[in-house]
Amino acid sequence: MAAPRVIVVGAGPAGTRAAEVLVAAGLRPLVIDEAADNGGQIYRRQPAGFRRRAEALYGTEAGRARAVHGVFSALRGRIEHWPQSLAWQLRDGALQVERGGRAHRLEFDRIILATGATDRLLPIPGWTRPGAFSLGAAQIALKAQACAIGRRVVFLGSGPLLYLVAAQYVKAGATVAAVLDTAPASARRAALPLMASRPSLLVKGAALLWRLKRAGVPVHHGVTPLRIEGESRVTGVVFRDSTGRERRLEGDAVGMGWHLRAESQLADLAGCAFDFDPVSRQWLPRIDVDGRSSVDGVYLAGDGVRLAGADGAELGGRLAALAVLQDLGLPAPAGVDAAALRRGLARMERFRQGLAIAFPWPGELIAALPDETLVCRCEAITAGQLRRGATTLEAPEMNRAKAFTRVGMGRCQGRFCGIAGAEILSAARGEPMQAAGRIRSAAPVKPLPVAIELETP
Amino acid sequence: MAMGGAGPLLQRLDELARPAVTLAVDGQVVTALEGDTVLTAVLLHGAVLRQSEFGDGPRAGFCLMGACQDCWVWTEQGTRLRACSTPVTPGLRIVTLEVPWPRLG
Repeated sequence: MAAPRVIVVGAGPAGTRAAEVLVAAGLRPLVIDEAADNGGQIYRRQPAGFRRRAEALYGTEAGRARAVHGVFSALRGRIEHWPQSLAWQLRDGALQVERGGRAHRLEFDRIILATGATDRLLPIPGWTRPGAFSLGAAQIALKAQACAIGRRVVFLGSGPLLYLVAAQYVKAGATVAAVLDTAPASARRAALPLMASRPSLLVKGAALLWRLKRAGVPVHHGVTPLRIEGESRVTGVVFRDSTGRERRLEGDAVGMGWHLRAESQLADLAGCAFDFDPVSRQWLPRIDVDGRSSVDGVYLAGDGVRLAGADGAELGGRLAALAVLQDLGLPAPAGVDAAALRRGLARMERFRQGLAIAFPWPGELIAALPDETLVCRCEAITAGQLRRGATTLEAPEMNRAKAFTRVGMGRCQGRFCGIAGAEILSAARGEPMQAAGRIRSAAPVKPLPVAIELETP
Repeated sequence: MAMGGAGPLLQRLDELARPAVTLAVDGQVVTALEGDTVLTAVLLHGAVLRQSEFGDGPRAGFCLMGACQDCWVWTEQGTRLRACSTPVTPGLRIVTLEVPWPRLG
């Protein structure tokens, strides 16, 4: 019998650990990744010729980053690795991939999707101006390019990444004007019982806050962002503080983000069932405890499905690989204990629920955005256009709204406006967010070069 | 500190000891370093990467991870490339001000 063909999409922490388990079981998986090198976004590697140490790049996560990189390096020669390759369609048991301008149709027995996440964004007036970047972008500029996104950076949003990136900027010698957290300080106290499931992370969080305090960076909790100012580029941020006072901060850059948004397009194209997750307030592919989707042969791991962060992604990647092995009738490699992995993930799930309470997604701020706010960056669709679509044109859910207003129809396919759009739509109709549904994914999941050659077998 | 003006958006903090690469941005010769992306090279010399097709002003990328698609620029030859995920190469010629429509016929 020919060896089963297993594909792993994504070479971040989940994909790396999945490949490691498959290799230990004697398989030779194909690992497909968009980046030039492994690591994913969180453990993204700096380009060749850069010399900073892991501590400078990953801070408190340097040890984990080194471990994941080390595992991947040890896999070279035992896996097939396709970097800089875009998996853009998944249906009928085949994955479509563009690699170096050539199109490949890859059949498989099993596929593990470890496609990760992006920042989740709340649009505010001025967020398209040069100088406004996502939090992830602010971190990538530092990690992968050794640059700050500006001379004086305002960090705005909520969630652990907000503090992590701000502290990394301080450590790297950048000027941080302030950290503006939309979560009220009281929310963190309410979340403590759940967050106590991972005390080491609470300690890390406290260390980040201490670093910011020591550097004299003001941290404001419970803010309402009003607008990013500047015509041709960012000049400042206006917000209302927790006492209701309107304030303005000078700055030429903003790094903004509210936790993560799962990259789940391939699972959607494969026909996987999705459920609305009330914790993260987004639609996620449905999986069993080990990562099996509703579609036979398709497995999911990492932030593209669980949003449990990089550590959780490592566990989920291993579990999904064990599920693949089990379903193929192959023995699990020694030393990988499914029960322990499941227990670890359950603990991280409690922590995730705590995070969602501590740093809540401020959907109500989106519902209150001024009509002229650009929501869809690609097609320049405003909140007002969406509201009119929702009410006068009778668009009850996002796909109808997309057809009427073009929201989510642009190049990013709703990655950065889909969640905000659903909040606006549902608020305008007085319905819960899940009633607005989610934008259906379309292939190709990202723009392809116009001229790709077909690889004939 | 007054913000804005004509200065660059990005600020280098480290990794300065890399070989130089020259490219052209709107006809101006720009020096970047090996390993810089096109986005980094452009935004270390100015604050605009492209103009929105919908007339709502300049853009300068957003996610830097190839997801938002807000950093597509054109080469002088009319090829499109995603600035955040394309490393600079010697002799690359980028336009940020005006889209060079390919000549037809």
